[in-house]
Amino acid sequence: MARVTVVTSGKGGVGKTTSAASFAAGLALRGRKTVVIDFDVGLRNLDIVMGCERRVVYDLVNVVKGEANVRQALIKDKRIEELYVLPASQTRDKDALDIEGIGKALFELKKMGFEEIVCDSPAGIEKGAQAAMYYADEAIVVTNPEVSSVRDSDRIIGLLDAKTKRAQKNEKPVKCHLLITRYSPKRAAAGEMLKVDDVLELLGIGFIGVVPESQAVLTASNMGVPVILMEQAGEAAEAYRDVVARFLGEEQPHRFIELEKKGFFARLFGGGNQAQPARVAVGG
Amino acid sequence: MAIFDLFRRKTASAQLAKDRLQIVVARERASTGDRVQSYLPQLQRELLEVIAKYEKLDLEMVSVALDKKGDAEVLEINIVLPESPKKGSSVRSRGLSLSTG
Repeated sequence: MARVTVVTSGKGGVGKTTSAASFAAGLALRGRKTVVIDFDVGLRNLDIVMGCERRVVYDLVNVVKGEANVRQALIKDKRIEELYVLPASQTRDKDALDIEGIGKALFELKKMGFEEIVCDSPAGIEKGAQAAMYYADEAIVVTNPEVSSVRDSDRIIGLLDAKTKRAQKNEKPVKCHLLITRYSPKRAAAGEMLKVDDVLELLGIGFIGVVPESQAVLTASNMGVPVILMEQAGEAAEAYRDVVARFLGEEQPHRFIELEKKGFFARLFGGGNQAQPARVAVGG
Repeated sequence: MAIFDLFRRKTASAQLAKDRLQIVVARERASTGDRVQSYLPQLQRELLEVIAKYEKLDLEMVSVALDKKGDAEVLEINIVLPESPKKGSSVRSRGLSLSTG
């Protein structure tokens, strides 16, 4: 059975495309036949984050409008066997996507045997974001521990409850997973940043994991490599691997949430103020 | 004394963020729904207009909220009247509840 998952957030710049790229790559690494679709028509970026920007010929709008078939528009990833990218159009506007046309494209992809269809949503709550979420079975809501991001995520969760096909046909609601990115355990412990539990309490949806703030994310996008595939990415890559494992139904203790308690001598002589990850399970 | 400041916890701005978010998120959930909730801001404005005929008006005096209790939705309207000049004690507040399907 194919599953459609939208990666969404409301607010821009919180890590949607970064997360969609790593999430899709992670699913493919685990052997799931995966396609990741860029819905950000006019401002496409998934192609450059995935490193396939020079291989774009046809795009999602061509497919939705019937100007090309899905196979022509799909770009096969050169690193992972089961991974494909369907880029957005750079020249058209968001109105070029009609719900019916998207439905047909998704149907074609399912017929081709794709098991995981990941939709990378544009920012905002308007037509583009609603087109990306309409056919979703599950949603990954990407949130930064910061007031404007949490507020916007709440709006998006409201839309997922009301404006999707599942909602309109009175089917089982879209299953929402909260992904907290750019998290700093150190700042949260100091009371400078919302804690994971705070965000969970505010938004009240299932929790799929935390990705710690990491310099590797910029390096990865510079290189056109999903974070999850970068050897040097360390914690951020591990965090995304955990998220993928949980999404596939595996029990995986949450990490990178709290500072490791340092002993007295470690605090005296430990030197650097690097955030130490700790394996801490969180209730939620 | 400066030395005691060293031991005092820094003001936690995250707590303030959480408190503010709780309020704004609750309000927006109430006002962005696509059913009965959608008329709440309008209702609040109109109530204020009516009250303005009889009482000195303060924008904060009327609050409208929608709650869920079991199967019923409870529309809660809170009208806080200003202190009367004689009794300097406290504000009078009256709640009015009505359920909607």
